[in-house]
Amino acid sequence: MDASNNGKLKKVSIVISKGSLEGVYPGLIMANGARMEGMEANLFFTFFGLEAIMKKRMDKIKVATVGNPAMHIPSLVGILPGMSAFATKMMLKEMDKLDIPPIPEFIEMVHDAGAHIYACKATVEMFHLSMDDFCEEVDGILNVGKFYELSAGGEIIFT
Amino acid sequence: MATITLAGKTVEVDAEGFLVNPNDWTEEMAPVLAEKVGIYELTDRHWDVIRFMRKDFEERGQIPTIRRIKNAGGIPTKELYQLFPEGPAKKAAFIAGLGKPQGCV
Repeated sequence: MDASNNGKLKKVSIVISKGSLEGVYPGLIMANGARMEGMEANLFFTFFGLEAIMKKRMDKIKVATVGNPAMHIPSLVGILPGMSAFATKMMLKEMDKLDIPPIPEFIEMVHDAGAHIYACKATVEMFHLSMDDFCEEVDGILNVGKFYELSAGGEIIFT
Repeated sequence: MATITLAGKTVEVDAEGFLVNPNDWTEEMAPVLAEKVGIYELTDRHWDVIRFMRKDFEERGQIPTIRRIKNAGGIPTKELYQLFPEGPAKKAAFIAGLGKPQGCV
């Protein structure tokens, strides 16, 4: 396998397709972790995942308190105003203790670490977005063909 | 547990060569450890990182993360990756005589 070298993974391309807190963080942690291990890392944001790299949205990403059984909050309670914001705040506080940064700082950190960050062209067109809507860390808008080209020789992880 | 001699002192190391006891470490060992991870010259900026990590470890009892090295130590992440290419957290901890970082970030 091209991706392995003496049993070591050399490159990962991670797709982040969800716009919730729990949808965004795993991909960021994995991409950052890849760089920490000296691996090449690409992050590709698609569909609602794009919220994590949109200037106006990236600091407002929340955990879903409805339809999420693992939150152990009854859905009827989960719909109350402020529930999602409250749960998000608590979660971010716990993450901060582990030095897991808020999303805008994390995007900056993972980019400074050398990961490449891309937005999905189809979604950008569907939502009528442009590079102006994205944070400065975004390296470009890619179609799926280009994404596969960049991912060549590595593993692709969809989240 | 294996032992090796670094800068004239015999110390215990784990299977990957990390010092087992951070207190065994001396500044003279840093350049020797650095060479083992492919860094052949320790500049003042390398030393800023190493000294911050040692100090932070002493004060808080844990190896600082890349984020802490940035926010509390004042070393930008981009620079940290240039100073310690391909695995800055691990390499810097290795050179500073701390154990292997166990966190995910």
